[in-house]
Order: sequence, then C-alpha cells, then structure tokens
Amino acid sequence: MPDDHILQMRGITKTFPGVKALEDVTLSVRRGEIHAICGENGAGKSTLMKVLSGVYPHGSYEGEILFDGEPCSFATIRDSEHRGIVIIHQELALCQQLSIAENIFLGNEQAVRGLVDWNRTNHEADKLLAQVGLKEQAVTPVADIGVGKQQLVEIAKALSKEVKLLILDEPTAALNDDDSAHLLDLLRGLKARGITCVIISHKLNEIEAIADSLTIIRDGRTIETLDMKADAVTENRIISGMVGRDLEHRFPPRHSSSAGEEALRIEDWTVHSPSQPDRAVVSGANLVLRRGEIVGLAGLMGAGRTELAMSVFGRSYGVNISGRLVKDGVPIEVRSVQDAIRHRIAYATEDRKRYGLNLIDDIKRNVSAARLHKLARRGWVDDNEEYRVAEGFRRSLNIKAPTVASITGKLSGGNQQKVVLSKWIFTDPDVLILDEPTRGIDVGAKYEIYTIINRLADEGKAILVISSELPELLGLCDRIYALAAGRITGEVDRADATQERLMQFMTRVEQGQEQSA
Amino acid sequence: MTSPIAGAAPTDTGAPVPETPPAGAPSGRPARRFRLNMRESGIYVAFALIIALFSVLTDGALLQPQNISNIIVQNSYILILAIGMILIIIAGHIDLSAGSVVAATGALSAVLMVDLQVPWPLAVLLTIVLGALIGAFQGYWVAYFGIPAFIVTLAGMLVFRAVTLTILGNQGIGPFPDAVRTLSNGFLAGFLGNIGLGPLGGADLFTLLVGLAAVGAIAFTQWRARSARLGYGQVVEPFPVFVTKIAAASLVVMFVIVQLARFKNLPWVLVLLAVLVIGYTLLTNRAVFGRHIYAIGGNRQAATLSGVKVQQVTFWIFVNMGVLAAIAGVIFAGRLNQAGPTAGTNFELDAIAAAFIGGAAVQGGVGKVVGAITGGLIMAVINNGMSLIGSPSERVLLVKGLVLLAAVAYDVWTKRRAGAAAR
Repeated sequence: MPDDHILQMRGITKTFPGVKALEDVTLSVRRGEIHAICGENGAGKSTLMKVLSGVYPHGSYEGEILFDGEPCSFATIRDSEHRGIVIIHQELALCQQLSIAENIFLGNEQAVRGLVDWNRTNHEADKLLAQVGLKEQAVTPVADIGVGKQQLVEIAKALSKEVKLLILDEPTAALNDDDSAHLLDLLRGLKARGITCVIISHKLNEIEAIADSLTIIRDGRTIETLDMKADAVTENRIISGMVGRDLEHRFPPRHSSSAGEEALRIEDWTVHSPSQPDRAVVSGANLVLRRGEIVGLAGLMGAGRTELAMSVFGRSYGVNISGRLVKDGVPIEVRSVQDAIRHRIAYATEDRKRYGLNLIDDIKRNVSAARLHKLARRGWVDDNEEYRVAEGFRRSLNIKAPTVASITGKLSGGNQQKVVLSKWIFTDPDVLILDEPTRGIDVGAKYEIYTIINRLADEGKAILVISSELPELLGLCDRIYALAAGRITGEVDRADATQERLMQFMTRVEQGQEQSA
Repeated sequence: MTSPIAGAAPTDTGAPVPETPPAGAPSGRPARRFRLNMRESGIYVAFALIIALFSVLTDGALLQPQNISNIIVQNSYILILAIGMILIIIAGHIDLSAGSVVAATGALSAVLMVDLQVPWPLAVLLTIVLGALIGAFQGYWVAYFGIPAFIVTLAGMLVFRAVTLTILGNQGIGPFPDAVRTLSNGFLAGFLGNIGLGPLGGADLFTLLVGLAAVGAIAFTQWRARSARLGYGQVVEPFPVFVTKIAAASLVVMFVIVQLARFKNLPWVLVLLAVLVIGYTLLTNRAVFGRHIYAIGGNRQAATLSGVKVQQVTFWIFVNMGVLAAIAGVIFAGRLNQAGPTAGTNFELDAIAAAFIGGAAVQGGVGKVVGAITGGLIMAVINNGMSLIGSPSERVLLVKGLVLLAAVAYDVWTKRRAGAAAR
C-alpha cells in the first residue's frame, strides 16, 4: 500500500510575534517508512515537529493534522503520546540522576495503587533494553552511560509507550560513528517491526543510506517531497533543494579591500568536550585571519563552530585544548578571558541574552563592562566619561533607545546586538569574533549590523563571522571556512563561493574522523 | 578609542530609516517630566509612613532625643552587617554565618583584651584580622571550590558558634576596657560646649556644626554632580525636584542631629556608620570592584565572558563580610560589656531581611547600601516603636515577618508590572 499515509499535515502555518516560522507546510508520511526532513538551520523543521507533538497546542497554529486518517487537536505532548506519536529531542530529556528504568517509565510509572512496583519496572525495562540492543543494567543511573546509549534509552522509552510514529531530531549529531551506525541499524529494525520514523538530520550521507522518502523545508515552506529510490536522490540533489534561494540585495556593498597583515593564526587547534573528555569537538583546525578581512565560518549544528571560537577566546569552552595561537606573528598564550582581551581579541557570543548582556542593567554599564578599567583611575570609575562613551556608541551605532540609561533587557534584539558590539569595540580589538551576529534580528537591523561589520573591517580589524545562514556569509565575507564534525573541510574565496559548494563541505563527514584525536 | 562609525546606511529593504538625533552636540537638559521610580523610592516612602505611624501611636516618644539615640546605638551592629550582606546578595549569594562570626570575633576580642591584657587597638586589629580569615575561609569554598554559599555559610554558622563556645567555655568574658565601651555605647565629647536653642533647651554646639557641615556637603556634592552631568549632556532631574530632594534630606539630617545634640552628643557608632555608609556607597557606585559585583549578580556568564574575575571578586566580598562581622562583634561585645556564647544569634537573619526590605533582588544584581541601611532602620523602628507601646515580643516578630514578605512581594509585583508594560 504505497499510499497508506499514517500522517498528513496540511497547510500548517505558525506565526511567532513578528516572524512567520511556518507557512502552508505540507508533510505526508507513509506507514512503515523512514521519512527524512532536511533544511538549513532555522528553516522550521523543529517548529514543525513541535506543532505535530503538541508542544505548540492546537489553536496556536493554522492547518490540519491527520493521524491514522483522523484529525488531531493535541493540547499537550501527553495527548500526542497517547496516540502513539513520540518525539526525541536533540537535547535529550533524561533525568541524569535517575536510573535507566526510572527514566523509561517516568510519567508512566509501573505502579499498583500509587506504589511503584520496582520488580516489574526493572523487568519491563530489561525487556525494552534488549529490544534496542543496549547492554546495560536497568538500575544504572543514566549519568553513568554515554550519550549514544542515552539515545537508546530514549528510544526504549518511546517503545514503552507503544509508539506508532517515532520522531528523531538530529539523533546522531552528538554521536560518534559506531554509535551512529548502531542507531541507524536500530531504526531499520524498528521499520521492520512496522514503526514509522521521521528523522531530522544534517548528515546527508545517513539520509541517503536510511531514508525511504524525504521532505525538504526552506524558509518555513515545504519545497518538495522526494522518493529516495524513484527519484534517485543524491546528496547534491538534496543540497540544491535546501539552499535554492537567490541572494537579494540584503547586504551593503563590500569593496573587497586588499587584506592586510596576518592578525591571528590558529594552528592545529583541538578541543575536547567537557562532558565527554575523550570526544574531540574540534580537531586539528587551522585558520588565518588577516587585518581588514571578514572571514566566515560555516558549519551545521554541532559542527563545533562556537566551541572553536570560545576555546580560542580564553579557553571559555572545552578541556584538553591543544594547538597554537599566533597573534601578529608572535605566539601568544591565552589562558583566560582577561588574557584574550589583553591580546585584543574579542568574542561576541551567540546567545546575547544568556551570555552577552546584563539584562537588568543599563546600556552604558553594559558597554563598559569588558574594559571598565579604561574608564577608571586607581579603581574608581569616571561615570560621566562612561556616559560620554556610551552616548557616542548610541549615536554612531544608532542604538534605538531614549538614553544610555535605558535597561538593555527592554531593547529589541537588533539594538541589544548593537550594545554587545559597542562593548567589544570599546575593548579596542584587533580580532573580533562574531558568533551569529544577526540571529533573531529583523531584516532592517541586519543591514545595519552588516554595515557596522564592514566598517570595522575597513578600519583594519580582522573579523571572523560565524553564521548558520549561508547567504549571510556569502554576502558579507571575503573568505569562508567550512567546518564539519570539528574539522575544517574547506576554504572558499568570495569569488568562488556558492551555497552548494559550502553545503558540500559542511556535510562532508568522513568515516573514522571523529574519533581520531 | 571608539570607532568613528557613522549612522546606519540607508536600507533598501523598505525598513523605516531610523530617526537620528541632530548631529550637533546637544547640551544636557532636565527631564521634561519627572517620574517617580516607585520600585526604588517605595522603600523610603514606606519608611516615612512607618515613622509617622509609630510617632502617632507612641505620642511622639519615638522621636524623642534619647529614643533616637537608642535606636541608632542598639541597631548599629545589624546595620554594619547589612552593609556586608548587601554586597553578598548583589553578587547572588547569601551569608548565614554572620551571627556566629559576630560571636566568635567578639569572644576573641574579649580573650585578647580581658584575659591577655592586649592593648585595645591591637586587640581590635587582631580581631578584624580573624574576621578577614574567617571570610577568606568561606570565600574560598564559595568562589574557588564552587559550593553554594547557602551551604558553606550554613556550615560556618555551626562551626563558628562551636568556635565561640570553645573559646568561652559556656560563660561570658568581661568587662571590656573603657575605650571599647565608649566606642560601642558612648558619645563624642562636647568639644565646644552647649548653646541654647530657645524652647528646645540646650544642645551640643559641635554636633550642630557637624550637622550643618553634613548638610552643606550633601548640597555641594549633589550640586557638583548635577552640573557635571549637565556638562556631559546627560538628562538630570528638574531643578525644583532636585532642590526638594536636597531640602528633604537636609531636614531629616538636621532633625536627627538636633535631637542628638539635645540628648548628649554624636554616638561614636554613628560616626563609624556614617563613614562605612559613605565608603561603601562610593565602592558600589563608583569603584571597578563594586561594578563587577553588580555584573556578576546580573549575569554571571556574561560577566565571565567580559573578563570579570568572578572568583576573585566573590572571594573578596566574603573577606569583606568577615571584616564587617568582626567590627560588629567588637561593638556588640563592648556594648554588653561582655562577650557571651549566645551573642549574635539570628543577627544574620536581621541583616538579610534588612537587605531584602531595602530593595535587593533574590536573583542578585540589584541592591543599594543605602537601601539596606533603610531596610535595617525600618526593622529597628518597628522593634523600638512596638516595644514603646508595650507589644509582646511575639507580635513584634509577626509584624517583622509580614513586613519582610510584603516588601519582597511589592518588589516582585512592580517588576512583573514593569515587565508586562514592556511587552
């Protein structure tokens, strides 16, 4: 029965204040298949899955969902789970301190009159663990097993709920090759048992290997649904579907000025994950940043972009960091954020609300925060001078706020980002690393941010822009590095750069790479 | 210096081109409309209302010269602790051990001065050093080892009470040297004699002069700060509001000063408190160190990624707390003229309550030294006023508890309302 659909989502539109995350999206999944969903970061894949699973309740979106031919109106995740739809999120939702068995039956306790029957709990858990091929005791705390095994516990938990449709969001992003291969085998096994799977993944080789059909989403719209075999889908075919968007005039003109002296050289840079010290998040990366040049760093979720940047910025992330930093031709040691600032390296974080700003304080105090000593004599701050400096930035960067005494938490995203930029410009950096500088910012403000970045480069600063949006990198950067699974897989000049080319580099994960270190 | 980046380039996206203020450097100006920040000034309004209430209930006894002097002297050690506590709370921590540290340092000072006959200045210095060491010990565990301050200072509360009992062996040590008793309980000498104030009777001239000097200093520094802000083009409050504020502050200061002058003179602890309040207000407002405390409390990760030495700052605010607790310990022991094993019990809770009533936020990042002092004085006036009208102690506790709850509820409510308005 090729056209027996277990799930049909029609005309799904989901709007957040100011943003249309999904527009008229259609998704049809046949019973018993493995259906992949592809798209760039921010294309709307996760939002779609949240609509399906009831995280966004019925009524908060438009469109209809048919499951097993019946219309669904889920108010909570519980409702969708009752129907047999289980979603496993990228960030695993396990309680680290509880045992495997307790996690499997969390919210679904094997109880008799309110008292948990531990023998039955552990016995049932053992049976489920056998089904997913996990050789661990059911009483082992989840914290004691690796991420790959935790993923299997999540699947066991899904099986315990008599799952009909299993949704996996980036299941292999945090896994090494062996664990990934095991997981894919397990999915084939589930398919053989008649369980339908929807898998969201950036690893195109995996999709090619496992999926029966594929839906591509771009900018919140369904682009196409392909049958992997009938349409003879290749990785290149997927990539062109994912990126097929033309560059509008969304970028200020960039006069590719001649790149100047080398400002920062990152050599053989390797960083390990603090939670799994044997896993290299960045391995053997080499980058060169020159004065007056805007360099891009492209990579999909989990490629190690932020980890690379933060480890360079005073070892703010990671353990067992090795490699060399050469600043202006001289090797430097950067052991702390203070060292980094002293060596004129600045890093504007990806999540400005959590890591970038003191949201309960005002603009001027945020602007001065990273280099307060510059405004102080013998430890005493000249707050009039601070006001003057902040006011200067408010004007030059066009921060839209009545005064610099306005609280940053009340500014819009674009203006908050300008405050962050002011803060780092005030440290007089030679090297400025900007992590997702325009995330969550409206188009007009983006243009302003791009203009600021261009001017900073024209002033002779070396700039590294990390971005999930390929058009942004293409429109802004003179040169782009691609990162995949912690390795630099390509370097492209502005003239040669296309989205397809970058996407090929970004999805190039070679076997056996991740574990070597 | 700052990059000469000009205003935004025109966009071709149809987004409205933002209005930029005229390029000419505008001069400073008074705000057109004066809006009372109720979240910050609510505490002072509440303080005034509480004083008015108890003045009526006690037929004016609350504001009699001797009673004002008593309120200051009897609560000085709580206020000193509140200064240290507000810094810790701004940084997002808490100190439950302050009362036990008061007891332990008081006991040490007694042993030094009474048993060992160490000269009192040296003994006080050694006691302060002990306080600093205690603070360093707790600060180490909180800042560098990463144990929550709640746990570390809960342990400290037990440990330093045990230290006190070990030193004192379950009995008090006294009496203290006269100099220490004077510092805790006594008054400045009347250097210039008395003058008559007509119907108010005689008053100490020196105290009155100090009061006038204080009023003059307040007016002068505020006026200078306002002029400097105007010079830098900042918005300042309208002139009538500015004058009214200065006048109100001067009136309050002069009222207290006149009453004190009519009673005896300035209490020594008031001089000490004034120095501490001015010093710590400057520290929190103007010093790099003070700014870093707010930065840590406001967003610890952002502070770390801005190069703030989070661990170091955290360590030093605990050392500071130890020092202030030692000063409070000496004053409390000197006031009772003996160091007792139960000294300082629940002082930490009074200091914490003072900080929160004074507008500190539970999540950290917010709070003022003057606020904590006001919070402490609110509790002091409630204590004093209720005992003047003969309320039983259980009712005093009840009222203090409810006032604390109401103060924080008000803070949360205004914050939520502000958040809703911003949305």
